[in-house]
Amino acid sequence: MAHEVTDPAPAAVSGHDAPAARRAIARRAARRSGAPGGRRSDAWRKRLEIALFVAPALALIALFVAWPVASAVRFSVYRWKGFGPLEDFVGFDNYVSVLTDDVFQGAVGHNFIIVFGSILLQLPLGLGIALLLNRDMWGRGLLRTIIFVPYVLAEVIAGVVWFQLLQPQYGMVDAIMSGIGLDPPAQGWLGTPDHALWVVLLVLTWKYLGLAVILFLAGLQGVPEELYESAQLDGASWWQVQRSITIPLLGPTIRTWCFLSMIGSLQLFDMVWILTGGGPANATTTMATFLVNQGTDRQNYGIAGAASVILFVISFAMAVAYQFFILRRDTMTERRTRKAAA
Amino acid sequence: MALAALSAGVLLATAACGGDDSSDESADGSTTITWWHNSNNEPGKGYYEKVAADFEAEHPGVNIEISAMAHEDMLTKLDAGFQSGDAPDVYMERGGGELADHVEAGLTRDLTEDAADEIAKIGGSVAGWQVDDRTYALPFSVGVVGFWYNKSLFEQAGVTAPPTTLEEFLGVIDQLKAAGIDPISVGAGDKWPAAHYWYYTALRACEQSVLQDAVQSLDFSDPCFVQAGEAVEQIIDAEPFNPGFLSTPAQTGPTSASGLLATGKVAMELAGHWEPGVMQGLTEDGQGLGENTAWFPFPALPDGAGDPTAQLGGGDAWAVSEEAPDEAVEFVKYLLSDEVQTGFAENDMGLPTNPAATGGVSDPALAELLTVRDSSPFIQLYFDTAFGESVGGAMNDEIALMFAGEATPQDVVEAVQKAAEEEQ
Repeated sequence: MAHEVTDPAPAAVSGHDAPAARRAIARRAARRSGAPGGRRSDAWRKRLEIALFVAPALALIALFVAWPVASAVRFSVYRWKGFGPLEDFVGFDNYVSVLTDDVFQGAVGHNFIIVFGSILLQLPLGLGIALLLNRDMWGRGLLRTIIFVPYVLAEVIAGVVWFQLLQPQYGMVDAIMSGIGLDPPAQGWLGTPDHALWVVLLVLTWKYLGLAVILFLAGLQGVPEELYESAQLDGASWWQVQRSITIPLLGPTIRTWCFLSMIGSLQLFDMVWILTGGGPANATTTMATFLVNQGTDRQNYGIAGAASVILFVISFAMAVAYQFFILRRDTMTERRTRKAAA
Repeated sequence: MALAALSAGVLLATAACGGDDSSDESADGSTTITWWHNSNNEPGKGYYEKVAADFEAEHPGVNIEISAMAHEDMLTKLDAGFQSGDAPDVYMERGGGELADHVEAGLTRDLTEDAADEIAKIGGSVAGWQVDDRTYALPFSVGVVGFWYNKSLFEQAGVTAPPTTLEEFLGVIDQLKAAGIDPISVGAGDKWPAAHYWYYTALRACEQSVLQDAVQSLDFSDPCFVQAGEAVEQIIDAEPFNPGFLSTPAQTGPTSASGLLATGKVAMELAGHWEPGVMQGLTEDGQGLGENTAWFPFPALPDGAGDPTAQLGGGDAWAVSEEAPDEAVEFVKYLLSDEVQTGFAENDMGLPTNPAATGGVSDPALAELLTVRDSSPFIQLYFDTAFGESVGGAMNDEIALMFAGEATPQDVVEAVQKAAEEEQ
């Protein structure tokens, strides 16, 4: 660590510091070759180029991300039915009524059950399947495809299919259960408040397991073959190899997947909307179904605006916290190893 | 370049704010009326095209631009139209609180004087489309809600006459269950079909004046509203509903509430005048229940103060945007004329409100419904429509919770009262 990087060759630059390092090299190169008078015009041309290339993307983000976010914040401090002028200013009243609403509190709880439930179910399952499919075995391609198909299926289509399968009495699941002598719940799987959320969680696991498996498989390709070979030479068993080599080296992939899964679960809408519409008896409401229900169904756009801002804040806070406490370790280790190597 | 972009933006903004008089009248003096309706299937679609063409022929220089849309699409587009100030000239209003909001926002034209003759002709049905005694839309189809039932299943269970009181109704439920038939389907997953039970028991439990005051003042302190909930609880406790009713949708697919009735899986369902048409769409032969289709009104409550012949109902009315040209009012009046309403009835498009068209209804079940509607002392507009979406939505949610056994009659009244207070 005593050695600081003094003059890295371009090929050695990689990872998160790459852009800065490359910029430094370019600057140095420019200093060497450029005539003294050309420097200022070069810089201007560069700025113009950047502006030109970035402008379309910025315009799109402003129009489709920044503007709607700003509008939601604005709506959230008014009582507004969706037409006519915005004039009934109510300050934070909408936030108070959202935060004290039993249904919204339930919805936040359901979101967190889905966040943790998804990770607890999909992580061991996904890891197990990925390790299995990473071995040379017969029918591997077919199995990979089967597991990945639900993920590429449109959410609405998958939802409608499951909705039909889970129909009480006439659906396939109930028919099979009664066929083998089991008693399906009288109100059906999606109609019983005590079961509905868990059934939704299972359907989500079926749908998103493919993503976890594909990401883990990709991560597994990055584990150097030599490590396995040397472990074998040392006489390590398959389990020992997985536990001490594969899973630790898969860490960054797992942590990134957890992040994606968490954000997806917080914003969960489509599958719940199709399967239960947030019912029965609000047993599966999520923050997103709550705000759609308040906004487009009841035309309380102020309440919906406040709920969407709260959802945004929760997601943002969780994302930042995750970056800070968990993902940062990955980037820090990377930096440390690079420094040590230099 | 910046200037060009700016002026393009201004142009766009002006175009988006259309609907002012200049856009309706083009240079050659002709007038364009935009008309949105939800008869997007034959024969309704073709019939309305013919109606528009006839009107154009009689009024030279008037051009009618029709948009026939699926019902849900139309509602979404109307909301968007009202938000952007770009609503069509002639459109459909469901009345009640929603209309009151549109009126308050200055979006809907007052037709009281311009269509006085038509309003007089339609009679009591316009009440749902009045705000402070001014009429803002002309109802062209008004139906009532009641129990649609399967005659052959009733016979199979030994039920000879449809029930008229709550006690008889509970007796019929027992008879059907004893015969191994699921008595009633209800689409509680969509909430409003469950809520209709409470609306009806409230209509039977409360005096007309109490209900009408409640719609105006949003005060639900009269004990009859709790009594209404208790009657619904009595029905729920008899466990008459199809398995899985908490997640059953109202009308989509063969396992929806209407689908179960149409395919003979249950004996009856509480639904509006749309039911025969919906059932026809859900059966392969397009017949629905066919000649087994029959109807009886919601039973009376033992000590209810309400009139047992009053009915719960609702419908659709033609409204004119505030910014629309005067010809649009003429067109709406034409839509309510004897001629157009008779054609409307003959095509089985709904229950006409113009008495001259009564004879045109050919479907026997619908013709019977028309007699019930016209002999009813008053028709209570669906409460969710009458109270507006915000209070109505809270009401429907809480009644659905009662069906799940998670709310008491008192909770329903309190939830409605709370939503109403937030509104004021």
